[in-house]
Amino acid sequence: MTNPRRDFPIFDNTDIAYLDSAATTQKPRCVIDAERSFYERGNANIYRGAYALSIEATEAYGAVRKKVADFLGGVPEDGVVFSKNASESLNLLAYSYGLYSLSEGDEVVISIAEHHSNLVPWQYVTKKTGSRLVYMYTDESYELTPDEINKKITERTKIVAVTHVSNVTGTINDIKAIAKRAHEVGAVLIVDGTQSVPHMRVDLKELDADFFVFSGHKIYAPLGVGVLVGKPELLEAIPPFLMGGEMIEYVYEDRATFAPIPMRLEAGTQNVGGVIGLGAALDYVSEIGFEAIETHEGKLYDYALKRLSALPYVTIYAPPDREKRTSVISFNINGVHPHDVASILDGCGVCVRAGNHCAQPFMRYLGVDSTCRASLGIYNNEDDINRLAAGVEKAYGLFEKYLTRS
Amino acid sequence: MIGMTDGFDAIYSDLIMEHSMNSYNKHELGACDLCEEGHNPNCGDEIKIEIKLDGDVIEDMAFTGHGCAISQSSTSIMIDVLRGKTLAEAKDIIADFIGMIKGEIKDEDELSSLEEAIAFKNISHMPARVKCALLAWHTVDGMIDGVSAGK
Repeated sequence: MTNPRRDFPIFDNTDIAYLDSAATTQKPRCVIDAERSFYERGNANIYRGAYALSIEATEAYGAVRKKVADFLGGVPEDGVVFSKNASESLNLLAYSYGLYSLSEGDEVVISIAEHHSNLVPWQYVTKKTGSRLVYMYTDESYELTPDEINKKITERTKIVAVTHVSNVTGTINDIKAIAKRAHEVGAVLIVDGTQSVPHMRVDLKELDADFFVFSGHKIYAPLGVGVLVGKPELLEAIPPFLMGGEMIEYVYEDRATFAPIPMRLEAGTQNVGGVIGLGAALDYVSEIGFEAIETHEGKLYDYALKRLSALPYVTIYAPPDREKRTSVISFNINGVHPHDVASILDGCGVCVRAGNHCAQPFMRYLGVDSTCRASLGIYNNEDDINRLAAGVEKAYGLFEKYLTRS
Repeated sequence: MIGMTDGFDAIYSDLIMEHSMNSYNKHELGACDLCEEGHNPNCGDEIKIEIKLDGDVIEDMAFTGHGCAISQSSTSIMIDVLRGKTLAEAKDIIADFIGMIKGEIKDEDELSSLEEAIAFKNISHMPARVKCALLAWHTVDGMIDGVSAGK
């Protein structure tokens, strides 16, 4: 892999060690160019135009569906729905699939490690339908054990919704095992792939997820584009989520019929420029290839873990098994609040996230208020990790004499 | 990023660190007239502030809870500044502090009422930490309003 850092203009303009790709990635020049080029040369509303520019915009937009379908291992294009972000994709599923398919006595199973976006909508929907929200809890290694999966997913389970990779601990969940169990009991499986797709090859047929969502902006695409991929036969059964332009067939004064999928699930004018940017981002990632990405990020992950573990005052929240974790390292300096650590790191030009990572129930379950989180992208290098480690040492240095006295 | 590191060293000064890590104001008051909890869901910070009144004078004040160095020290220094003041004086001081943190009041003379709390002036350049510095002050502001409303 040639040095991908050079592809990201932000690093020409700032001298930062950007270690917050789990929040959003920086954007490569090709993505910025693709979006700019759309607005400079191709901008028109899609579907409705009787002129060439609109037809071309429609085609460019539609071509990204194919790219997403191919990127995820060759799933049907019809099953690819564009949204604003993963949260919107999950809300679509909760409101449309959940609200209409759940009834009293049914259960929705999620993991305690879910991002609020795959948790709060299910709280709402289960309350509304009189069904029950059931949690699978992680073990001391931050993993979902087969026992826990088999115990919580039962004949009562209608929907299982889990993250592929935890945005807090970097744990890679065994989606194949969860899918097998979910399908055994007749439940559908929704997978939040937001933290997995930028870092590993995802083959949806292999994973056997019924629905899969991710956010474009975490895989080098512009902000404001998300994806929902579903098995077409399941998507077809979903009532529309948002209603309005583009998603209808015939509208009468008192009723309407709806367009086929995927348009039925994309109401109103879409973020066409963003979708085209997503297409460029997926091309970019595919060109580098996951073998190179996993090697590069894996080495950096190991190096970061080595540097941070060498500091006796640092606690790391990560599964011990190397095969079960990726790209995200949550840590704390013992006795020092993560927001102080993050501020001091910011002073050193190191960008990390500090807080509860939109996973309050998980943080409460782990018994921590908040953590610092360093997360990787393809542009990171050893120097970024050195700056992180030096910043953590500096933060500890500032607090040390007060910590030992208190 | 000019001077960012210097700014951070200034914020994590001995005064602020001492108040955040070893505050003599951090304890339960026992009997108190006003008690209120403040929290910042973003970071999980939670503080409980207790006030003992003598008429409308803040006779004593203390806090418990947990949070970052900025919120803990800001709480502790606020208590030093407000102890012995009337509720009306405290309200004015709080308004000055909020004005300073929001960058609306910059003149040091105008901020003289803040005493040691002026140490947080640089927070106005650290938007990510404004909430931490203001948590206790907003909480006490609300407590005073509660007293006024109850009258």
